[in-house]
Amino acid sequence: MTATAPSAPSPAGAGFARDVATVFQREIRPSLREPLGLILSLGQPLLLLFFFGPLLGGAQGVGAPGAGGDSSWQWFVPGVLVMLCLFGPMMSGYNLLTELLTGSMERMLVSPIDRSAMLVGRTLKEFAVLLAQAVLIIALAVPLGFRLHPAGILAGLLLLGVFGIGLGAFSFFLAMKSTPSGELFYGVTQLALFPLMLLSGVLLPMDFGPRWLQMVALANPVSHITDGVRALFSGAYTDPSVLWGFLAAGAIAAAGLLLGNRAIRKGVGV
Amino acid sequence: MIHARGLTRSFTTQHGRVDAVRGLDLDVEPGTLVAFLGPNGAGKSTTLRMLTTLLPPTSGTATVAGADIATDPAAVRARIGYISQKSSAADTQRVGDELFYQGRAYGMSRGRARRRAGELLDRLGLADLADRKPVSLSGGQRRRVDIALGLVHGPPLLFLDEPSTGLDPHSRAEIWSTILRLREETSMTLFLTTHYLEEADSMAERVVIIDRGRTIADGTAESLKAELAGDRVTVALHEADDADRAARVAAGFATAPDRVSRLAPGESAPGTADALNGSRDGAARVTAQVADADAALPVLLSALEAAGVKTAAARGARPTLDDVFLSLTGRSLTEEQAADDPQAHHQPEKEPSA
Ligand SMILES: Nc1ncnc2c1ncn2[C@@H]1O[C@H](COP(=O)(O)OP(=O)(O)OP(=O)(O)O)[C@@H](O)[C@H]1O
Ligand SMILES: [Mg+2]
Repeated sequence: MTATAPSAPSPAGAGFARDVATVFQREIRPSLREPLGLILSLGQPLLLLFFFGPLLGGAQGVGAPGAGGDSSWQWFVPGVLVMLCLFGPMMSGYNLLTELLTGSMERMLVSPIDRSAMLVGRTLKEFAVLLAQAVLIIALAVPLGFRLHPAGILAGLLLLGVFGIGLGAFSFFLAMKSTPSGELFYGVTQLALFPLMLLSGVLLPMDFGPRWLQMVALANPVSHITDGVRALFSGAYTDPSVLWGFLAAGAIAAAGLLLGNRAIRKGVGV
Repeated sequence: MIHARGLTRSFTTQHGRVDAVRGLDLDVEPGTLVAFLGPNGAGKSTTLRMLTTLLPPTSGTATVAGADIATDPAAVRARIGYISQKSSAADTQRVGDELFYQGRAYGMSRGRARRRAGELLDRLGLADLADRKPVSLSGGQRRRVDIALGLVHGPPLLFLDEPSTGLDPHSRAEIWSTILRLREETSMTLFLTTHYLEEADSMAERVVIIDRGRTIADGTAESLKAELAGDRVTVALHEADDADRAARVAAGFATAPDRVSRLAPGESAPGTADALNGSRDGAARVTAQVADADAALPVLLSALEAAGVKTAAARGARPTLDDVFLSLTGRSLTEEQAADDPQAHHQPEKEPSA
């Protein structure tokens, strides 16, 4: 075989990028073919936006950290987006789980596709979907009174995206560890997701809760991410919560990718 | 194409250690169709998952399609196809899309992957189903999609884990005609598992029987049957008192003097070789293992007549692979499959010769 033969191995980096693209495209294809699904999965956040958000107008303490008297929408929209980030990737973990329990994942693992690329491609798909959904929600919130701070929006979306990648990778890790019964996955997502959301002050501020609840929220990385996005969306770029938010999201992403990568390189059912 | 030595795999579960595969040796030459036959839990899938690099062996080595499964799994993966026991198309994807991305996964250009997907859809009679999702397909259609996915990159070696299990007879026949057509059109090596005896018997050039993680027999179906089970002739007697005399006469025709047994009225011979079980088992019978049942039967009958034994019925039977399994393990594969009889597992390893 000569070096110019089409089947000659390409440089490792190019091969990896190619494999990531293949996995990403395969994952996103069903959403592109039937975008209705993506819109339906926005149902809950949209209901919150239109039917719950307006109630917060008069509520006390509903302001972003360091944002002075900015509107309650700057406070509420980030919460809705964080919710989206919590539930979307976990649903994809469920999709992966079904592929693991049928032979579809095994088929991929027998193919020459780089296994890390399988994880990265899938999490990038989560990133893309979340970004699209977030942009749509922000656009719908503008007429309600949400004010656009362009730089803050970009940075906030980045923060949410990093968080989504981390949760996506983590839910893949969980799905892989759950085979063959899947119980671990159902258990963790059922038990952890809702408390994680409640304890991050997504819908109501934690500030007026009892002290112990505030302490718990402090230990919850998701509440730091929520605070960070709130500061950014209000234009308070230098607020310390931004730093904490990025640190929390970065840590979740690093841990998720590390665990997910180790699991997928090892294979399933081994 | 496949060379495995001492392949072993155990799993640790909550209930202790499971030795799924125990020291398996295997050599498969290019171009052959090998059937890997064994009861549930024998270790067929586990062996396949090791040979396809999905599962690292606990110990032992194997080279598959010229590469070592442990040190060069990437090379193995590029050269083999694998159709797992479970369905391999995702329910969220369209059939055509899955085939296209399978081609991309094997490094094909977009155009090539698209052409290849179209080609396989046509060849496997799936063209009308390209836009459907696997959930909406019948069992047989799904299995054809799985086979198409395994063929996308034209591998020289294809592993199929129970390609026809759970399908209705019509779909099974269709899957088999697909597999046999593949054999004719390509020089592919096919390694497939099954627990249908008839399939292994009629389709494979070579049968490897596995039980409790070990190969217990290996050869062509014909040679296994001839060596390990043999033909069988059975006569039903008018008078039960004649049984001793008849057995002595039959011993002269048997492959070995101890390969003759007497069946009391109502007793049935184990295994599937027809020893006049059922139809005449109200009578005393004598059954003998012989080299060639068709030739032995008339001679035996006249010898019995000369000895004054009156026969009521006679039958010569070719052995089946179940007789082979029975003579090796003392258990019947069909019975185990059908009834999942718990007692079958406690029978002695080897049945005393008939
Ligand atoms: N991931 C696993 N963890 C624990 N035990 C396993 C695992 N995979 C297989 N086993 C056990 O190993 C043994 C062999 O299983 P295997 O799937 O290889 O059998 P098989 O011959 O393919 O059976 P079948 O005809 O039912 O498909 C069984 O006892 C099974 O329970
Ligand atoms: Mg199996």
